[in-house]
Amino acid sequence: MSGYLLYPGCSLDTGARAYDESLHAIAGPLGLELTEIDDWNCCGATEYLGINLIPAYALIGRNLALAARQANGSRTVVAPCSACYLNLAKADHYMRERPILGERVNEALAAGDLQYEPGSLEIRHLLDVIINDVGLDEIKARVKRPLSGLRVAPYLGCMVPRPDYEHRWSDHEHPIELDRLLDALGAEVIDFPLKTHCCGGHMTQIGPETAYELIRRLLHAADQFKADVIATVCPMCQLNLDAYQGATNRHFGTSYEIPIVFFTQLIGLALGLDADAAGFGREMVSARHALGRVGVKPPPPTDAEARRRPKKDRLSLPMPQMPGGEGGEP
Amino acid sequence: MNGATNQASSLSGNGKRPRIGVYVCHCGSNIAGTVDVAEVREWAEKRLDRSGVVVARDYKFMCSSLGQELIEKDIKDLALDRVVVAACSPHLHESTFRTACRRAGLNPYLCELASIREQVSWVHSDKVAATDKAKAVLSGAVERVARNEPLEPQHVPVNPATMVVGGGIAGIQAALEIADAGYHVYLVERDPSIGGHMAQFDKTFPTLDCAACILTPRMVSAGTHPNITLLTWSEVEKVDGYVGSFSVTVRKKARYVKTALCTGCGVCQEKCPKKVIDEVYEAGLGYRKAIFTPFPQAVPKYPVLDRSNCTYFQRGKCKACEKFCPTGAIDFEQQDEVVTLEVGNIVLATGYDLFDPRRVTQYGYGRLANVFSSLEFERLTNSAGPTHGEIVLRDGVTKPSTVGIVHCVGSRDRNFNNYCSAICCMQSLKFAHLVKERTGATVYNFYIDMRTPAKAYDEFYQRVLEEGTLFVRGKVAEVTDAARLAGENGKLIIQVEDTLAGKQRRIPVDMVVLSAALEPRHDAADVAKRFGISCSHDGWFIEKHPKLDPVATMTEGIFIAGCVTGPKDIPATVAQGAAAAARVLGHIQRREIALEPIRASVIEERCSGCRICNDLCPFNAITYIEERAVTEINPALCQGCGTCVAACPAGAIAGTGFSNEQILAQIDGLLLRNLEVPAAEPALV
Repeated sequence: MSGYLLYPGCSLDTGARAYDESLHAIAGPLGLELTEIDDWNCCGATEYLGINLIPAYALIGRNLALAARQANGSRTVVAPCSACYLNLAKADHYMRERPILGERVNEALAAGDLQYEPGSLEIRHLLDVIINDVGLDEIKARVKRPLSGLRVAPYLGCMVPRPDYEHRWSDHEHPIELDRLLDALGAEVIDFPLKTHCCGGHMTQIGPETAYELIRRLLHAADQFKADVIATVCPMCQLNLDAYQGATNRHFGTSYEIPIVFFTQLIGLALGLDADAAGFGREMVSARHALGRVGVKPPPPTDAEARRRPKKDRLSLPMPQMPGGEGGEP
Repeated sequence: MNGATNQASSLSGNGKRPRIGVYVCHCGSNIAGTVDVAEVREWAEKRLDRSGVVVARDYKFMCSSLGQELIEKDIKDLALDRVVVAACSPHLHESTFRTACRRAGLNPYLCELASIREQVSWVHSDKVAATDKAKAVLSGAVERVARNEPLEPQHVPVNPATMVVGGGIAGIQAALEIADAGYHVYLVERDPSIGGHMAQFDKTFPTLDCAACILTPRMVSAGTHPNITLLTWSEVEKVDGYVGSFSVTVRKKARYVKTALCTGCGVCQEKCPKKVIDEVYEAGLGYRKAIFTPFPQAVPKYPVLDRSNCTYFQRGKCKACEKFCPTGAIDFEQQDEVVTLEVGNIVLATGYDLFDPRRVTQYGYGRLANVFSSLEFERLTNSAGPTHGEIVLRDGVTKPSTVGIVHCVGSRDRNFNNYCSAICCMQSLKFAHLVKERTGATVYNFYIDMRTPAKAYDEFYQRVLEEGTLFVRGKVAEVTDAARLAGENGKLIIQVEDTLAGKQRRIPVDMVVLSAALEPRHDAADVAKRFGISCSHDGWFIEKHPKLDPVATMTEGIFIAGCVTGPKDIPATVAQGAAAAARVLGHIQRREIALEPIRASVIEERCSGCRICNDLCPFNAITYIEERAVTEINPALCQGCGTCVAACPAGAIAGTGFSNEQILAQIDGLLLRNLEVPAAEPALV
């Protein structure tokens, strides 16, 4: 058992429940001992660092300081969310590289009786931990239900392989770690050319047409490669491709229907968990066909799922207009 | 200590007060514009007289013949026994003034240069301060020269035999020039045949003459020349000795073919059942057998058996080649042979490796079938290549209707190599022409800047422009098979910022050719170490002087030619091969070479045998003598760099011309301590 400090981030409790459930379901079998950081707060997401630098770093720094205080035996913080991972790694990196920033952040932390020595923790993404600490051989040995016949598009998004402060990834444009993991699970991995391309990020909120186009590109490429499912490592990517797939289809008149799942869910399936335990059933674009391909019974549809069905276009209300910006959904 | 130094400061080696002449150069206004030369001259005459200065003069151009005559005349008339010239850096004119001294009968090593141009006038603007600094620099040189000893160069004989390492066009050229002049050459080549990269090409730019037509006659001449011993499938393992008498150990790898019996008929290759991908000559695009000659015109004609792929060596059964060989030339028992060759000079022409375009992952090489490297494309266009010169996609049959050629792959890129690979623009233009000529396809060239500087190169560019090749200025961001617009399905899409139109473009093509960078050989650093020369941070071998001595190295007797010094086209490579040969012939004709007497030597009584210095020498001049437990320096190999002198913890290594006494006196002079009147010196004043 290797011990890790888990920084779950807000999405695992909300939009990415499937990620949370599948992670906790596979942690035991894979020998990952995850201790949640007590009293953690927001990581600043993708916006705060762009608005107010020092407070944003202090916000992130608090999490690092809490983790450092709690660290007993383990100094590795693992974040399943790409944005959380990047923000924590970024704060640690720049506090080390620019001592003045480190001092300012620690000044702020002192108000809460906290302090953080940059470099004292190791900040890693969950994918990195599973591939490099658990190891592909170990995973392969534990596969009970190989995902043979399931065509998976490995999709990393932008924030895991870049900017890669600690040089952990094989490449920034075309890393192959996720491919190798899915291959170890027995899946048929497609050489997904857009694996590090943008999912649209928060453009869904401020310029949806831009986001739809970015989402369409990814769905289109996955469809061309006849992927049964897209495997993601990031709650933001999952949300955009899953929740906005319908809106994208309506916008372009397309009919993509590609389920978007977390890589941990696929690990869960391969380890022999049933669909419910691996967090299936929470996705908007149903993964039932994909599950069928590997002989897994899909969970029964819930009331919640029925309620989540996309509303008819003409009934939906327009997005608030941004000053000088584009309008909402057409 | 101080007293002793001061005492010595006014004495030359033999206890006599030295007679020093000081010559301050104006260098036009180069020095005189920033330094008050007349004042420096006057100051030297007045204040440095106690140090032995008997005359000081200034002159407009000291290096002119009139300036030199001035010095020579003073040496004779005033019986000078030391000279200091305050002028430019010793790199530039030390030998000029030392030769002048020699003409006047003064040992040249009793002349020193004080650099008041590079180190004073060119780097300062405050005239008063610069003049003061010039005085200090001069004063240091005066103190130093007072302690110089007359030195005599060491003469060593030159073995007229020469070794050329690398059988590409540079090595072939050098070997032929030397052999034609009547001297013996050992031409060592790692691959089974000479010819190098040029043998892989079909056409050469800008004249489009066939590479084989101009190269193979040279290869045959080298192979049949009575003065050339060809050692192919061989590698240099060790180099001992020094200029004039190197002793080189070469491993001749087992060919498993008796060359005395082999007629080169090729039956063995025909009958060999084992086909492997040829990663070297065919750049991975074609096949060869386990026993093979890389190409039909190979020199020598004898094949090589590749043990790692041979069915007999791997599974103990087969021997098809032996069964069918009409002359019984196959010998499975053959062993590597190690020979030691005595040569006077060595030319290194080991060439380049092609940058592996897999490293630029966003261009998809190795993932996307129809992305080709430039060397693959050379094979594709070669009429003797795997497709007999047909330009087709990876499926081997489909002709492309659109081709994109990407320049600067791995060159001019901070992620890989900062330098320009020099040949890629012209090579890409050649490719564009060949595609047009043979397929009529639409061709795009994606370039950052067009660089076509040599003879008839830009004319070729104009011609390719007129042929209708399309040029897009911008660095390609990505080559992808992710189609998303109409017309992109099934194509490779080149995403590029067109910097002239100021917009992003997506251009669908059938085939992409990556003009990859030229890189130093993967083992260049090891080779440099073996031959005692140095590499730049990029890995290219360093010339003695990048402009004025481009084929010599800092190690006497080791010359470099072709792409080992940096990317080059064929004309420049051939010119360097010939230039290196001329330098070698110069050495041979002199019969013996005078070696600079600036050398380090070990004072054995002080050497503790700690061996700290042993691995520091960049010229492999230091050896440890086991029996006497001391270290010894080979004076012929030593280049006088001084590294060991500085490193020796016991102060047991002395550098001729750089003794502690000389250096300390020079520092005293720089600090103007020599101007202080020593209390206990009345008798001498």
